[in-house]
Amino acid sequence: MPLLSLTVFLPLLGAVLLPVVGRERDRLRQASAGLDEARRAESDRLVRYLALGVSLAVFVLTLVLWAGFDSSASAPEFQFVEQHAWIPAFGISYHVGIDGISLLLIVLTGFLTPLALLGSWGQIERKVAAFSFFMLALESAMLGVFVSLDLFLFYLFWDAMLIPMYFLIGIWGYERRIYAAVKFILYTMAGSVLMLVAILGLAYLNYAASGEWSFNLLDLYGLELPAQTAMWFFLAFTVAFAIKVPLFPFHTWLPDAHVEAPTAGSVILAGVLLKMGTYGLVRFSFPLFPEAAVTFAPYLAGLAVVGIVYGALVSMVQPDLKKLVAYSSVSHLGFVVLGICAMNTQGVEGAVYQMLNHGVSTGALFLIVGMLSDRRHTRLIAEFGGLKKVMPRLSAAFLLITLSSIGLPGLNGFIGEFLILVGAFRWDPRFAAIAASGVILSAVYMLWMFQRVNYGPVTNDKNQNLPDMSRREGWVLVPAIVMAVVMGVVPGPFMRAMAPAVDRIVQRVGQHRAAVVQQIPAPAVTIERETPRP
Amino acid sequence: MSSLVAIIPILIVTLSALAAMLAEAFREPGERMPAGLGLIGLVGAILASIFLWDREATAFGVVLADNFALFVNIVLGIVGILTLLMSSDVIDRERLPAGEYYALMLFAIAGMMLMASATDLLVIFLALEVFSLAVYVLTGIRRASAAGAEAAFKYFLLGAFSSAFFLYGVAFTFAVTGSTRLDRVGAELARQANEPGILLLIAVGLLMVGFAFKVSAVPFHMWTPDAYQGAPTIVTGFMSTAVKAAAFAAFVRVFASTLEPLQQQWAPLLWAIAVATMIGGTVVGVVQTNVKRMLAYSSIAHAGYLLVGLVATNPSRPVGQAAVLFYLLSYAVTNVGAFGVVAMLGTGERPHDELDDFRGLWQRRPGLAGLMTVFLLSLGGFPPTAGFIGKWYIFNAAVQEGQYWLAIIGVLTSVVSVFFYVRVIVMMYMTEEAAEAPPTPALSIVAAAGLTFAVIAVFYLGVLPTRVLDLAAQSVATIF
Repeated sequence: MPLLSLTVFLPLLGAVLLPVVGRERDRLRQASAGLDEARRAESDRLVRYLALGVSLAVFVLTLVLWAGFDSSASAPEFQFVEQHAWIPAFGISYHVGIDGISLLLIVLTGFLTPLALLGSWGQIERKVAAFSFFMLALESAMLGVFVSLDLFLFYLFWDAMLIPMYFLIGIWGYERRIYAAVKFILYTMAGSVLMLVAILGLAYLNYAASGEWSFNLLDLYGLELPAQTAMWFFLAFTVAFAIKVPLFPFHTWLPDAHVEAPTAGSVILAGVLLKMGTYGLVRFSFPLFPEAAVTFAPYLAGLAVVGIVYGALVSMVQPDLKKLVAYSSVSHLGFVVLGICAMNTQGVEGAVYQMLNHGVSTGALFLIVGMLSDRRHTRLIAEFGGLKKVMPRLSAAFLLITLSSIGLPGLNGFIGEFLILVGAFRWDPRFAAIAASGVILSAVYMLWMFQRVNYGPVTNDKNQNLPDMSRREGWVLVPAIVMAVVMGVVPGPFMRAMAPAVDRIVQRVGQHRAAVVQQIPAPAVTIERETPRP
Repeated sequence: MSSLVAIIPILIVTLSALAAMLAEAFREPGERMPAGLGLIGLVGAILASIFLWDREATAFGVVLADNFALFVNIVLGIVGILTLLMSSDVIDRERLPAGEYYALMLFAIAGMMLMASATDLLVIFLALEVFSLAVYVLTGIRRASAAGAEAAFKYFLLGAFSSAFFLYGVAFTFAVTGSTRLDRVGAELARQANEPGILLLIAVGLLMVGFAFKVSAVPFHMWTPDAYQGAPTIVTGFMSTAVKAAAFAAFVRVFASTLEPLQQQWAPLLWAIAVATMIGGTVVGVVQTNVKRMLAYSSIAHAGYLLVGLVATNPSRPVGQAAVLFYLLSYAVTNVGAFGVVAMLGTGERPHDELDDFRGLWQRRPGLAGLMTVFLLSLGGFPPTAGFIGKWYIFNAAVQEGQYWLAIIGVLTSVVSVFFYVRVIVMMYMTEEAAEAPPTPALSIVAAAGLTFAVIAVFYLGVLPTRVLDLAAQSVATIF
């Protein structure tokens, strides 16, 4: 059974069927005639449950994939592979498969989408069917990005993903939603079209070398490119990914998009979309152009540490909760890029782990901010204060997520950051030293924010009678908190799943490192000692 | 008799045009025009083209029904069918003279088919005039409309001007090579290619200007926005696709085959025109507030992408030509659909083609808004639509010929163009309806069928393009 295709296209199928079931047309007619409010509400409810059901089914499927995944070192690199000729004239095939990294990311996608859907029930009250349609279509496109092994297919999903996200921000967002939506789509597209040219060039050079048209990633991995060409292609790919990550200074779309998007959009943006950038670096930029990657890695890492510190400093002064979380993503994703640039086992494992952590923690943070903003219709930190007295349960959840985002030992964030710092230290201690300051800064801005929102007296009368966490909100936050704890205490299963994939990528790039390193002046300090793997 | 085989598609369309004229002559006042006549003719032409596939039939030594011409015939037939399906609503609403409308449209298509299969410069000119005259009249068919009259007049003057350029080019070519037959011209040029004389270069330049006018390439595009905006919307959709398809067919045949020995001379010039067209069309399109005018500039930009395919032609590996063919088809179904939606929104009093008229369209007409979204995203080159595969193919051809800069400029301008396509989507979905929403006329079943057909084609070409890509590749394999 084509389990992987089923996982990818089930949300899309659900999305297409939803309007039929939800009788969207009827609803719209009624809305324009202004009658039968009750039937409309009932139809909305049905659509909501249906969308949630589809996304939960997808989550179960991703877990089934995990259960069937063989993570021993001798297992094939990509599993659940499906390959069918699609456009033979161009050598394009429908080719999907997962290794450990893709596996974890699709599980993350499957985990976050139902949470985002459930979390949006309080906020999305109009055009529910259309909202669910775009959310599910988005899930399909995201899953497609993570499983594609054909560059054409990958680019197709990569570009197609923009459309539902654009609608989600533009229709259901906050005040400046149109500006944010248009900026998001143009900014990301501007980055990715150059990747399109690089993909075409890569395929052509492969054709010139082998006489066969192929967009198959595994064929292209082995292609030897002239150094100059490889450098240009690497830059074209990397700029596309750097914008998505977003790496400083390509991050300016992010605060707008995150802040203006509805809660569910922010959760998916922060939780999954940003990972598509770092995933692209790991899967495409580095292994396809290893020499260029080794040459450019220090520069990328430099931008990453600038982003870590810059994002943290900007977060510190944000008056708006959502903006604060948005800028914190710039900082956190800087860690991930740093780990990838280090290109050693610890660094990359840490980077992948941190992708998952950031998805869980920041996704949950956006959900909490959304809950606060649903109650008060404001996101300004100054408007809150003393919430712990008013809603103790929500505050407790908030605290746990805050701590996991900071990287408190025992929670998920710690393991990822620690591994990244170890990896970075083995590679070039200077980067690790600066990045470590980001850990401290993140504690500063997160705790300060938490304190201003939750502690002290209730300064604003409007906050006196806010309802505490509802049962639905509990169902949204508890899974995220459980994940944060589980990932902090038992990282083993995650690490085992990703280890063979990470080793292969590090090896693939590492073969080329020796050749390039001789041309670069060695860093002042070199660490000979093998750091034990936690 | 055997000569007639090659022109059967053209004959069928011409006959149906004559039948439409007869029907008009015997039509009682108030009786409906039998629009089905045109459909029968076009379907017949498509079927005839399919039967002629791989037959390489020739007629009178100046018409060649090779696969290339037949592919273009089919594209033209599809454009014609879509346009006719959507026309009846518009004709009723705007009280256009139905008989003349159908007859002119069919004559135009017959001329275009002749243009695609002509292998003699003079026959190309003849075909050019046949369809141009019909389209001039169609542009101004709303006799009461001042804008329409102005548009038709402008189009006519500049079109006549460009025809003169083209004819001069033919004359110079004849002077240098002693023939107007493409095969003889090509053979003669191959001998002279090493040291082309000044007359020859002038001839090539004049022919290029003539074609550039017809495909509305910058800087020969000045007539386009006015003509497109002033014509009835449904005619604009037809003009912007069918005229382009016919003109590009002849453009490719003459330049990529006959004038191929001189590619080193004309390619740099065409490169510059392609870049200017892509940039000009998109940059000016950004500031438009009228959707029809915006789509006019977008069609200029798309001519630029098609020119990229033409610059990237290579006789030993005809990827560029095949890419042009595929792009013509994908662009045609998309653009006819987009203009069709705009046409459906118009009323007898006002065209409703300003950006503000699309405000909150999603609330009023979710179906039309959804269709428009698909067409706009396809124009912008988003997967999984026809526009994406078309652009992929074109830029693939450019990269294969080492034209990285053309590809880069192409993809960057297509990002800019997304800005104005997306603006319409913003209006339709993300802004509230104006206080007094413009009335939206009901959609007839026939027109809805036309739009549905177009949207299915857009997705078919976007998701399962293999078959059509193969056909396009076959078509250019034997191109002469």
